[in-house]
Amino acid sequence: MLFEVYALSKGLLRVGRRLDEITMNLLEVKDLRVKVENKMILNGISFDLKSSESHVLFGPNGSGKTTLINAIIGLPSYEVLSGKIFFMGTDITAKSVEERSNLGIAVSFQNPPEITGVKLADLLKLCLGKTPKEDFSVEEKSLIEAFKLTDFLNRDINVGFSGGERKRSEILQLIFLKPKLLLLDEPDSGVDVESLKLITNEIQQYVENSGSSALIITHKGDILDYVKAKYGCVLLDGAIHCFSNPKRIYENIKREGYEGCIKCEERTTERW
Amino acid sequence: MANKDELTTIPHKILEEAYKAGVSSEKERAGTFFHIDQATIYSKVNEVFKGKIELMDIKDALQKYSWLNEYMWKVVPRDQDEFTRKVAESFSGGYFMRILPNTEIMFPLQSCLMITQKNLEQRVHNVIIAEEGSKAHIMTSCLQHSTAENAAHLGTSEIYVKKGASLNFTMVHQWKEETTVRPRSATIIEDKGTFVSNYICLKPVRDVQMYPIVYCNGEGSKVSFNNILYGHKNSLLDIGSKAILNGKGSKAEMISRAITREGSKIIVRGLIEGNGSECKGHLECKGLIIDDESFIQSIPELVARKKGVEITHEAAVGKISEKEIEYLMTRRLSRDQAVSLIIRGFMDVRIMGLPESLNSEISRIIEIAAGT
Repeated sequence: MLFEVYALSKGLLRVGRRLDEITMNLLEVKDLRVKVENKMILNGISFDLKSSESHVLFGPNGSGKTTLINAIIGLPSYEVLSGKIFFMGTDITAKSVEERSNLGIAVSFQNPPEITGVKLADLLKLCLGKTPKEDFSVEEKSLIEAFKLTDFLNRDINVGFSGGERKRSEILQLIFLKPKLLLLDEPDSGVDVESLKLITNEIQQYVENSGSSALIITHKGDILDYVKAKYGCVLLDGAIHCFSNPKRIYENIKREGYEGCIKCEERTTERW
Repeated sequence: MANKDELTTIPHKILEEAYKAGVSSEKERAGTFFHIDQATIYSKVNEVFKGKIELMDIKDALQKYSWLNEYMWKVVPRDQDEFTRKVAESFSGGYFMRILPNTEIMFPLQSCLMITQKNLEQRVHNVIIAEEGSKAHIMTSCLQHSTAENAAHLGTSEIYVKKGASLNFTMVHQWKEETTVRPRSATIIEDKGTFVSNYICLKPVRDVQMYPIVYCNGEGSKVSFNNILYGHKNSLLDIGSKAILNGKGSKAEMISRAITREGSKIIVRGLIEGNGSECKGHLECKGLIIDDESFIQSIPELVARKKGVEITHEAAVGKISEKEIEYLMTRRLSRDQAVSLIIRGFMDVRIMGLPESLNSEISRIIEIAAGT
């Protein structure tokens, strides 16, 4: 009870939520304020993600979705001014990118960099915790084949890759990292229909089999046909609104735009 | 000049260092040449390649072939500078390699020029002739024994690529921190000839300065320069590549990758001069600077003398991209591991467009150099 009062005072706990649910939180973001290149992007964001639960994050361009994901993974150019990030109960706010990824957070970037001379094969092996001299196992090889990346293994990472090829490479790296939390920044943008099906099916399968959680940024609804996301929410003006069924949110956005979201009275209440 | 029959008669310690520089056992070689300090102590052509190549000390070759005098000091002027003058005055030997007409050498010919004595000034004069229609790979390792200090290497190399011949020449330098190195080399390419010059310098050295020239005199002749330069521990590398495109439709391509750190200074020069009609050239230099104590300068020069000439360049110097480091860190690498992966990738020998067998060969040398 005491804990609940504390949590309520911090704005963490909504009425009616059971105490044991808190301990199951995989990720907790508390009142996070983030600055990028001297510009305030997130101004006090709070939300949490439970184990084995996927969330979809909607929001117009520039609302801070990518900033949120990059702050969770801990990229140094995303300066956390105040607030905390907890992962499996541990405060990771001051931890490095490497430490966070070792704890089990992994991200697929919207625009991953091209790195001359670093082969996709080497990067995939690093994700698997292998040295460049070790071979892929039969299962790993078949997954690479399923992702249609066998022919890219000896290519420099992302150099001359198409949009779909980049996304397939990102998601495969992510799965090889075996994370507990997947941060997916627009896995569906610039991707052909066939790749989209493949990527999203693989994400869903991984999340289901491993009991991990995913936070997915998207502008499109198609992804919801494949990924079973329990909740969706909308990031607007640096704050999170409207926890609800993601398909319903998407339909709303399609019908009334993000303007409609702002006016929507249901926002923030429905989850609880 | 003692030409020994077996590579194994070379003192073990010297051979060990030669292996470290990428010299490998002679079986997978078309031929092997050793010049240590002031004498050629070994030169042998693999049985399989007899009748395809000739490999011997230049002094022996001059006695055997009077016509060879025509090839001495023909492309490199005797009085180019104080270093060529010194070699012209007296030299201890050098290699003579001749790939016979219309023959193809799948395995590289290797030569090893080595310094083992303190304060030695090694002076060599090398001549390579790729006869008409021939195809070959040559790998030269220049290195220094760990006991040799304060040495200097002055080498003059003259290379002739005749009609339709293709010569791939890879030079690996592994000197020491106290060595001064002054190679002076020049090449003439005839009609439809191709010359690829690969230069790799990974070990610290006091000071290397070179500016090899290639004259694409033949119609449709082609030259590629590829340089991989790793300057560390106060090294000074002043490396240039010069292509003079005289032949109609001749082409030049230059690619340099340079990394400077720990107080090192790298200057990458490049000059492409288009004198013939329809000449084409491209020059690319990418440089990484790792700390504030180091220095890098790229000096590209493009000259055109005919209206149909097309020459371009592209140069970028700077630090390693933070975005690339952070990306790799999200894949569970520490910052140091990420930086070293990017550096290794940056020095990827695949830029040299070599056949896979030679690629893995050079990768092996880079691995050895990086590990020691």
